Amino acid sequence: MASELVERYFRKETLPNIWCPGCSNGIVTTAIVRAIDNLGLDQNKVCIVSGIGCSARASGYLDFNTLHTTHGRAIAFATGIKFANPDLTVIVITGDGDNAAIGGNHFIHACRRNIDLTVVMYNNHIYGMTGGQHSPTTPRFDRATTAPYGNIDRYFDICKLAIGAGATYVARGTAYHVQQLTKLIERGISHKGFSFIEALSICPTYYGRKNKKGTPADMLKWLKDHAVDIKQGSKMDPEEFHDKFIIGELLNIDEPEFVEEYQKILNNLKVNYK
Amino acid sequence: MVKNKELVIIEEWCKGCSICVEFCPVKVLELKNGKVRLIDADKCTKCGLCELRCPDFAIYLEVKE
Amino acid sequence: MMPTVLMQGNEAVVEGAINAGLKFYAGYPITPSTEIAELCAEKLPFVGGKFIQMEDEIASMAAVIGASLTGLKAMTATSGPGFSLKQENIGFAAMAEIPCVIVDVQRMGPSTGMPTSPAQGDVMQSRWGTHGDHPIIVLSPSSVKEAYYITIQAFNLSEKYRTPVILLMDEVIGHLREAVNLDEYKDVEIFERPMPQDKENYLPYQYIENGVAPLAPFGKGFRFHVTGLAHNEKGLPTNDPKVTEKLIKRLIGKIENNKKDIVMFEEKDTEGGDILLISFGSSARACEAAMQELKKEGIKVGLFKPITIWPFPDKKLREIYPRFKKVFVVEMNTGQLYYEVDRIIKGNTYVGKINKFNGEFFTPFDIVEKIKESF
Repeated sequence: MASELVERYFRKETLPNIWCPGCSNGIVTTAIVRAIDNLGLDQNKVCIVSGIGCSARASGYLDFNTLHTTHGRAIAFATGIKFANPDLTVIVITGDGDNAAIGGNHFIHACRRNIDLTVVMYNNHIYGMTGGQHSPTTPRFDRATTAPYGNIDRYFDICKLAIGAGATYVARGTAYHVQQLTKLIERGISHKGFSFIEALSICPTYYGRKNKKGTPADMLKWLKDHAVDIKQGSKMDPEEFHDKFIIGELLNIDEPEFVEEYQKILNNLKVNYK
Repeated sequence: MVKNKELVIIEEWCKGCSICVEFCPVKVLELKNGKVRLIDADKCTKCGLCELRCPDFAIYLEVKE
Repeated sequence: MMPTVLMQGNEAVVEGAINAGLKFYAGYPITPSTEIAELCAEKLPFVGGKFIQMEDEIASMAAVIGASLTGLKAMTATSGPGFSLKQENIGFAAMAEIPCVIVDVQRMGPSTGMPTSPAQGDVMQSRWGTHGDHPIIVLSPSSVKEAYYITIQAFNLSEKYRTPVILLMDEVIGHLREAVNLDEYKDVEIFERPMPQDKENYLPYQYIENGVAPLAPFGKGFRFHVTGLAHNEKGLPTNDPKVTEKLIKRLIGKIENNKKDIVMFEEKDTEGGDILLISFGSSARACEAAMQELKKEGIKVGLFKPITIWPFPDKKLREIYPRFKKVFVVEMNTGQLYYEVDRIIKGNTYVGKINKFNGEFFTPFDIVEKIKESF
């Protein structure tokens, strides 16, 4: 036996998962499942689409309609699913490399299109599956196997990118703040339009070791100590804020949603194809 | 309510990452031979923080009838 | 009776696709295939279908696969440069066995090449464009009317064998306008995707020798996993060499061992003679005209036109070629289908090449001249 949640929503035969000890992917994945459960969604109508990387393996563990796609392309596959069958709740699980590097183009255009998808990006600041190469969200000067002398690339703030590209729900949570993360995902799923939730995660094996970040618990504590809720964040002075990051709901607006707009065209054409 | 819950550990799934041990507010968990175990069942408040943060779904509260 | 109408090749593809049940099109503009996207955008709403212009070729292919997983018949169209980009997800569709149709209206390459000029340089790419051993079906029409019919067959084969099917057009056929009457096709059989019954024990990748399990649409209670990783019968990832080998054998076998059902070709004057021409697409049209000319000069020429380029109709060719003194493969490239023909004939008969690769299409005279030179 396992917990009620696992019994109901996981493919038990696929467990234990392949993730390293202390990897927070399991924590974030459970948050997604809990959000789905809290919303009381019909399991048969939920579709989980993932790309390639450590995070992407989550889809195989989950007992929904699951699709493990190609590197960076999950959102494009998900767009096809949602547009073809709007009755499905489509959730994309992706990582920082998958979504912000190779999948960047699909990401910004899905934001712009404001198609009703929920994208959860597990941001562990590194390529884990391939062994610790730097990603678009590896902080500057941090080390990775392909940045042995320190990473000279600048950090890519994907929440800002999402807002700039036209997403209508944008939030950031962490693997430490699980209850808040669950709520943010819940709201993202309920939101009509393109929802993006960045889940700050930990990779103790590659990012942690390369950068001497300590144990998995140390890394989760770091998230706890450096996260500032959006309500407090606006009141902090820049000096106090310099090594902190904002968590919470960053944007929640209503804009025309792609699938509904297409339906309007059909209605205007007074199409009767039956 | 609290009394009806029991802490369950799935040893085969535990990878010994120690997250639950570190974040247990009443320090009733420990690692032994790379697996988590409950050392003081009476002190456990059944708060469920271990379940919430376990990346491997290996520790959870079960409701007893 | 349906009226005879003037129709363009690309338009015939759209008409054929809609007749076959196309309900989803995702694409990206590229010459010389764009009319297909434009017409789908216009027409699909009237048959309850959907059109989306994606951000790039890769995304178009991905969206098509996603839509197909919900149970819709789905298609995309492109040309060489876009076809290259689509290869990644064509491989996914081959591995995950998701039906879809990809139209490649070939233009002169490599690279950007000559965007508005015809070529047939994607013969090998259509077979081996994506990495790894994979099954594929490639069909090539040589007239507007055939484009209509072959598009329907592309969907039928795709659904039946759960495989991507490439409709290998060329710029000439894509943009050619011909008077067509589609009356004879009005009762052509349309293959509908079968629905599995048993939700509890559903195996989306069940081992069926030389066959496929029915593909359940997402959202109907089957809740299965689809991945590009090697997988077991449930669709779950595996590292087991035995399971993997069995999977790959089945994937290849479902096409190779059903050639009898899949393969289409045409033959003309193949009873025997001096020269057997082997050609496809618009080049085959030039061959037909060249045959008339050569006949007048007393040269006996036959034509073998594979419609299924891959798998190649090798059995039929083996039957025909011994009746001729020489074989020539006529194609708008430097010699690609030639390799397949050469492989089949194995040096038993002389196999020559007649090629054009400068952005111009064949004239019958080009072919007549080359044949005469060979004497």
